[in-house]
Amino acid sequence: MKYAVLCYHSENVVCAWSAEHDAEIMAKIAVVEERWSKAKKLGPVARLMPTTAATTLRKDNEPPVVLDGPFAETKEQLLGFFVVDCSGLEEALAFAKELADVNPGGAYEVRPIGYFFDWSAGT
Amino acid sequence: MTDLGWLDAAVTGARPQVMAALLRYFRDLDRAEEAFQEASLKALKSWPQNGPPRDPAAWLIMVGRNVAIDALRRERKSEALPDEHAISDLDDAESALADRLDDAHYRDDILRLLFICCHPDLPATQQIALALRVVSGLTVPEIARAFLVSEAAMEQRITRAKRRVGEAEVPFETPGAVERSQRLGAVAAMVYLIFNEGYSASGGDAHVRLPLCEEAIRLARLLLKLFQSEPEILGLTALLLLQHARSAARLDADGAIVLLEDQDRNLWNKGMIAEGTALIDKAMRHRRPGPYQVQAAIAALHATAEVWDATDWGQIDLLYSTLEQLQPSPVVTLNRAVAVSKVRGAEAALAMIEPLAPKLSGYFHFFGLKGALLSQLGRAPEAREAFGRAIALARTAQEAAHIRLHLDKLGDEGRAGAKTIGSKSKVT
Repeated sequence: MKYAVLCYHSENVVCAWSAEHDAEIMAKIAVVEERWSKAKKLGPVARLMPTTAATTLRKDNEPPVVLDGPFAETKEQLLGFFVVDCSGLEEALAFAKELADVNPGGAYEVRPIGYFFDWSAGT
Repeated sequence: MTDLGWLDAAVTGARPQVMAALLRYFRDLDRAEEAFQEASLKALKSWPQNGPPRDPAAWLIMVGRNVAIDALRRERKSEALPDEHAISDLDDAESALADRLDDAHYRDDILRLLFICCHPDLPATQQIALALRVVSGLTVPEIARAFLVSEAAMEQRITRAKRRVGEAEVPFETPGAVERSQRLGAVAAMVYLIFNEGYSASGGDAHVRLPLCEEAIRLARLLLKLFQSEPEILGLTALLLLQHARSAARLDADGAIVLLEDQDRNLWNKGMIAEGTALIDKAMRHRRPGPYQVQAAIAALHATAEVWDATDWGQIDLLYSTLEQLQPSPVVTLNRAVAVSKVRGAEAALAMIEPLAPKLSGYFHFFGLKGALLSQLGRAPEAREAFGRAIALARTAQEAAHIRLHLDKLGDEGRAGAKTIGSKSKVT
């Protein structure tokens, strides 16, 4: 069984970390990643940019509405995610709109990824 | 120390929201600050034992408010006639606390807290100092160091600013749409001032000033969280990130300025560049250009060029012409001339900056660029004269040293023959 581990924390707090503290935490995480990667159990990992960089495509309207900011409703739950390589926000939104066409209702949050590494890509 | 890093970050991260709420209750900066201070001390004792609260801001607001109310009650008791009315007012405030915490007011609370700091009666330096003290929570010695003044002088500056602000009586009602957007504009300008205070090389050691840039970015992010769809706030945050991304490459080992074209682009912070670019992407969708967005777009073109020679000068020229319309200023035209010199040559650029001479006769970069353009055109004696003026106007030893380098090259090349040197952008 594959599992997605989703990371939640207060952005106010994480953004207040000093660069040194941030680097220290990331280094400690990297050690854990190495360990799980050596056991061939780890796939892609990503650190998302702050929610201020997010855009949300609400697809319960027709046509869908693009809103600035993260998805922030509590009556819906996170059900999955895609990783897509685009030239910019417009293209990423075009991808989300294609998905919305075939799967209306709810929303897609489009958030740039700050750091990405696929441990399972193997070399 | 590291073990308590999380606590520091939690308190610092919550500070603007907590201060804003406490100011709403007590309508007095000093009392709000004391309450915050007390609440932080209690957090320092309680959180390591009991673990961090789920919502640190709510915890600090609650505790800070209670501490301050206790203090108020004690003061009242020591007075001859206790002011029952004031105490019952505070009880009312208590019942409204739950509403206040549910974010309904907190956007305007934080905006007010920031807006108070940029009251038009305050000179820019006082605005910045006050915001850094009150909103960011930097200590007086930290701020004094960044401004290269004594602690006593900074203490006095902040006290004076607080008194002015107290007298000014910024209204506490929820602002209307126009009022809100005016406040937002003033606050954005102040955040930009803070950044520039850290970024500009107008004297001082870069290392002590960098924290100002980081604070400005934090404040811009805070504003952006409150106003997610404001293109100019997206633009401002992007601009600060893109400029700050270059900070590791801006000074060499001796502290001398390294110009954009000579910077080691591997030292640029790619994460900040990516985030800044993503924010401009978002802003552009609104089709409501403004000065911060345009400046950010220019910074993004520089930041995403792999090498100096790959810079998209045509696009930069266009963006500067937009900026000239949005925010006409001789300095903008001067910057545009750098792009023009790349696209249409030194002659065209020189023609563009010559009319600026009366307005920029005291501006270092004007003569720096003029000298560079003249030397490109092979007009060495005039170039030397312009460089001489630039050196006289340099504000730092590094600026002067850089122009001397130009002069040296001019000498060499005068002897060597027709070779010319590239014009240097003021962008660093």
